[in-house]
Amino acid sequence: MWDYSDQVKEHFFNPRNAGVLETANAVGEAGAISCGDALRLMIHIDPLTETITDAKFQTFGCGSAIASSSALTELIIGKTVDEVLRITNQDIVDFLGGLPLEKMHCSVMGYEALQAAISNFRGEQWVNDHDESALVCKCFGVDETIIERAVRINRLTTIEQISHYTKAGGGCSTCLESVEEVLVRINAAMAAEGLITAEQAYVVGATDIRALNNEARASTQSEPVVASGKTPRISPLRTARFPAKPGAASHRLTPLQRIRLIEDAVEGVRSHLKADGGDCELVDVDGDQVYVRLSGRCADCQIASATINSMRQKLHEATGLALCVIPVSRGSHP
Amino acid sequence: MRPIYLDNNATTRVDPEVVQAMLPLFTDQFGNPSSIHDFGASVGAAVKKARLQLQALIGAEFDHEITFTSGGTESDNAAILSALEVMPHRTEIVTSAVEHPAVLTLCAHLEKTRGIKVHTIPVDRHGRLDLDAYRAALTPHVAIVSIMWANNETGTIFPVAELADLAKEVGALFHTDAVQAVGKLPMDVKSVAIDMLSLSGHKVHGPKGIGALYVRRGVRFRSLVKGGHQERDRRAGTENTAGIVGFGKAAELALKFMDDQNTRVKSLRDRLEKGLLQRIPNAFVNGDLLERLPNTANIAFEYIEGEGILLLLSREGIACSSGSACSSGSLEPSHVLRAMNVPFTAAHGAIRFSFSRDNSEDDVDRVLEVMPGIVEKLRDLSPFGGRRDEVSRNFDPV
Repeated sequence: MWDYSDQVKEHFFNPRNAGVLETANAVGEAGAISCGDALRLMIHIDPLTETITDAKFQTFGCGSAIASSSALTELIIGKTVDEVLRITNQDIVDFLGGLPLEKMHCSVMGYEALQAAISNFRGEQWVNDHDESALVCKCFGVDETIIERAVRINRLTTIEQISHYTKAGGGCSTCLESVEEVLVRINAAMAAEGLITAEQAYVVGATDIRALNNEARASTQSEPVVASGKTPRISPLRTARFPAKPGAASHRLTPLQRIRLIEDAVEGVRSHLKADGGDCELVDVDGDQVYVRLSGRCADCQIASATINSMRQKLHEATGLALCVIPVSRGSHP
Repeated sequence: MRPIYLDNNATTRVDPEVVQAMLPLFTDQFGNPSSIHDFGASVGAAVKKARLQLQALIGAEFDHEITFTSGGTESDNAAILSALEVMPHRTEIVTSAVEHPAVLTLCAHLEKTRGIKVHTIPVDRHGRLDLDAYRAALTPHVAIVSIMWANNETGTIFPVAELADLAKEVGALFHTDAVQAVGKLPMDVKSVAIDMLSLSGHKVHGPKGIGALYVRRGVRFRSLVKGGHQERDRRAGTENTAGIVGFGKAAELALKFMDDQNTRVKSLRDRLEKGLLQRIPNAFVNGDLLERLPNTANIAFEYIEGEGILLLLSREGIACSSGSACSSGSLEPSHVLRAMNVPFTAAHGAIRFSFSRDNSEDDVDRVLEVMPGIVEKLRDLSPFGGRRDEVSRNFDPV
């Protein structure tokens, strides 16, 4: 079992501010159930003083994910929006007295949800839509923007660190080369800005990706390393948001366009299913969650869950969006 | 608080009788069994007795078909590497998607470094082997089939006798990792076509660091560990005499308790399983309900994550394990649950309870008492908890 700090244990066993905040006027979400952890942060911000008067969370995930969420709410209640925008995942780690290295992504999830909630309050779109930024890791739905934020805030300089902080590359590991490319680009920029030295910056080929691939598979045996809560502090990002990549804005989808795109993709999947004597219909789309109802032979198929998995893959390929496909039973509506 | 140990597929408590049997090997009987003098001879006799005890447990025809090793992993490695060495013209391996890493990691390594072709046979949602894919993979190119007798995570039993017969038809050797099955299922290897079989001491209330490989008489074998002539040239290195004697005693006791495993222990497992499914909605059993080890229950609790369950159970003094990603340090759920295509809403919340003869009715009562509250607490925390009655149960068990 993990060597969790006393604070992590305390915030897991007795989480603060868990539950639904009925009075919330801003909500931010990060993660997905398919990825193993997900956080919904609900906050109430006084519109006049822009002070966070209350915050609650709901988290699906391991002990450190729940503790990180609890810590996050404690960190932000009573602070102004400007103040909380300076909070990074490292503040969550410090508050908890350190997290095991492999669990750093739990703190990043908290940071992402907070930023999303503040953007939601301001009526802005938090740049974590995968139509804005290239999806790097399909297994965990991690895009370049999330990697860039984690690399800059935590001054990451290795591929393994990126996996620990964002999960990217931790699944099938076919994206490790893309992760490497992103790391090289960001580290070069950070070195130019004086955030890290040229020696610290990652260079192509510094890690044997093939070996890393094997290590990632075998790493379950290794002893977890506890990251010190005393990581050197760095200035927060100059802005909490990164500009979209040039040209990306033209690809921004309206909600209607997005739903049409998903509808078309589901139609494409149906032709495959019909070939096997099955069928499906699109029931609803809620954010990244696509509800479908399987029918015909698919409904009773022994490998319905495999069908759902391949559907998720096909929808992703057709739309470029990281979607979560959720089957609903006949007659029910989510 | 009395601790409750329900992680017996990970390891078991060493039986006090085993400890007693081992102690003389650390004191009076310190000799080297290879020595000609009396110090060696008495230890040699003790090792011989242990070999007979193992022979009886698995129903081997001859005691010299048993070779002692350092454990299940070494036995698996020795079996597969030996087969490739004695049949150099055959360059393929057939195995399953749910094998222990002792087999899968070795196969991946051989694929990469030696160009060995590995056929990984898939399983269905109940963990049952795809027999059509298995038959299709069997060709005269296959040197060895390595398929486990029973799965460590779900307890699902594979039809190894039939699988071995099919392997024989193409002239391939058949090896089975029986580490989880031994002591839980009656065995009579002399009556089936299994060529090699791996065993481990610490899964049957014996010590750690000792295992064995059964090699049917007449099957050619090349030693993995090179050196002296111990174990009839099949495993060099001075014998772990205390471990061997302890393993022998454990094997004798396992045979004695075989009925207990399949009656009393099985009923404990069944009562826990039934009780949990009755008390907790959106929970189901992973694995083949019909062909399953009597001591193993793998239960998925939807919409929550396994590590949280383990931490809360641990606070109640209850030890078990999880197939979830977070508790192991990997980012994905176990390869077994993924191979079974367990839906992701449930794979992260799969918990394995594994019993042994040490467990009692009280243990089951205690888990049934605390588990509903633990699941409820985590579901209340989960953003998906409220959806639990609406989402389809298209994954109905059996």
